[in-house]
Amino acid sequence: METYTLIVLTLAATIRVATPLLLAALAGMFSERSGVVDLGLEGKMLGAAFASAAVSAVTGSAWAGLGAGVAAAVVLALLIAFATITHRGDQVVAAVAINIMVAGLGPTLALAWFNIGGQTPQLDLPGQRFLALVWPWEHVAREHPFPGLLYAELLSGHNLVVYFAAALVPFSAWVLYRTRFGLRLRAVGENPLAVDTAGISVAGLRYQAVVISGMLCGVAGTYLSTAASAGFTRDMTAGKGYLALAALIFGKWKPYPTLGACLLFAFTDALAVRLQGTPLPIVGVIPVQFILALPYVLTVLLLAGFVGKAVAPAAIGVPYSKEK
Amino acid sequence: MALRYFPMTLPRSFRAIAALIGLSAGVRAAEFSPAIVYDMGGKFDRSFNQSAYNGAEKFKKDTGIAYREFEVTNAAQREQAFTQFARRGATIIVGTGFTQASAIEKVAKQFPNVKFAIIDAVVDLPNVLSINFREQESSFLCGMAAALVSKTGKIGFVGGMDIPLIRKFGLGYAEGAKYVNSSMEVFQNMTGTTPAAWNDPTKGAELAKSQFGRGADVVFHAAGGTGLGVMQAAKDAGLLSIGCDSNQNYIHPGSVLTSAVKRVDNAVYKVFTDAKNGTWKGGQIYLGLAEQGVDFALDENNRKLITPEIEAKLDAAKADIIAGKIKVTEYKAQ
Repeated sequence: METYTLIVLTLAATIRVATPLLLAALAGMFSERSGVVDLGLEGKMLGAAFASAAVSAVTGSAWAGLGAGVAAAVVLALLIAFATITHRGDQVVAAVAINIMVAGLGPTLALAWFNIGGQTPQLDLPGQRFLALVWPWEHVAREHPFPGLLYAELLSGHNLVVYFAAALVPFSAWVLYRTRFGLRLRAVGENPLAVDTAGISVAGLRYQAVVISGMLCGVAGTYLSTAASAGFTRDMTAGKGYLALAALIFGKWKPYPTLGACLLFAFTDALAVRLQGTPLPIVGVIPVQFILALPYVLTVLLLAGFVGKAVAPAAIGVPYSKEK
Repeated sequence: MALRYFPMTLPRSFRAIAALIGLSAGVRAAEFSPAIVYDMGGKFDRSFNQSAYNGAEKFKKDTGIAYREFEVTNAAQREQAFTQFARRGATIIVGTGFTQASAIEKVAKQFPNVKFAIIDAVVDLPNVLSINFREQESSFLCGMAAALVSKTGKIGFVGGMDIPLIRKFGLGYAEGAKYVNSSMEVFQNMTGTTPAAWNDPTKGAELAKSQFGRGADVVFHAAGGTGLGVMQAAKDAGLLSIGCDSNQNYIHPGSVLTSAVKRVDNAVYKVFTDAKNGTWKGGQIYLGLAEQGVDFALDENNRKLITPEIEAKLDAAKADIIAGKIKVTEYKAQ
């Protein structure tokens, strides 16, 4: 029974940890499928995390925070787009510049506005955060651990953003494979010349994709600062943008495999948290350092060994120019 | 116009600048000039560094002497910060945090006439004062408090970076809990093995939630900024947390059982004052309950949580530790 509870709790934590990864990975999917490398996920998330926490702290509304987070991430995305699509600059350089800029700008603005050391004020009031939603009959379900605990921990008890992220996977798949926009998006990432010949604006499509990426990064950042924790702290994305990019590659730029990759990364992370100091059969207590390295070791192994041949969109990273 | 303007004003402004430089150089040589270098968490981390900041501010208020400060934001800045302060005539430079040790050691050798102080580490040089706290003693009392209020018989500890200093907190806490009830179960988690572990509130909240999931109903953090996530998770779950370094009872009144206070503020204040009065000495000092260097925090925010009986038990244990009747083990790295 104890083991069962532990497994369910680990899975529940997996869902919580996977949410920002998934949102960022799907954001990256739209951008990269259109042929724009999205190394700026980290910076856009961090910018959104800051903007949403700051606005939520001032207005007292998590929804206003969400709006500000999305707006901030879209502005950053447009900056990258302007440099790389309109002016055909190097996509990697532009994105890294944004990442570095945001890493410094967030704490600096926070220091200037709130004067508490580059953090935003703690979000204490209930309306300032996206809190966990408890589903009906949750308490009744808990009394019958099997299968009640599955309902109480896995389905119920998450915040709105988690459900949004879950719903986004089938929706993205539908957009990508079943709509005209999705078809054009994939085409522009594979062969922009063909799209251009068909009389559709390559730049226009790429701009749309980058803005979608910005919006989703905005939600991911908002999740970090106003749902998972209560306020912005320096570098709070802690590399999640890069991890999301790895998940996207591991998921071969497809929605469902990307979901699987995000869940796997999150599971190793959740497992690492719970394995610490817990004696295991046969081997006993495993050293902390090994446990903490586990997600990274697994990532390297999976990316190196099991991913097979990941085929990137053919035109990724190449600025499109008509004159060529 | 322009021609007439320049010959007239330039020499005058040069003179003014020269006078200013001369003046400030003269002031520097004579005046007492303290400086402080905060660690990665930043001076408003509501924990360790902020405590140091409060001490420095108190000194400024009491004496009217301004101090210079630097907030380290990446590892490469440490040595530069100390060198800059030493070169620009600081009389005493305090470094907060064990991560500053190697930088202080190097710079203190280069500037033997400048006084240095380090908190939470030992640098064995004649012009360095190493201040360490007996965190195990306050952690012991917090462990007792946690065990006394726990209904499940299970409590948790979330550390920041996995280093001997943080293990010291964890060990003292577990001993305190077992002193009250030998069958107490204490879960211990570390956030990470790099300095980033001080600033990851999301992970802190996740670790706390995992401990709550296993049945813990009180969680103690020694994790700097990460701890804010731990305390938030406790509040969200309607359970109790214990703060660290600064008195953090005010962060979530009614949800923070107490705080393992480390009087870094007093240490900084004393170092500055001693240096000013000329009574400063290098060497090593250890501050525990007896020296009022560490304590558990009791104020209006947690008055309702710490009942008079609990308070009496904690005070008795405190007296016993000071008298040496209770021996709290100090964690030593092998």
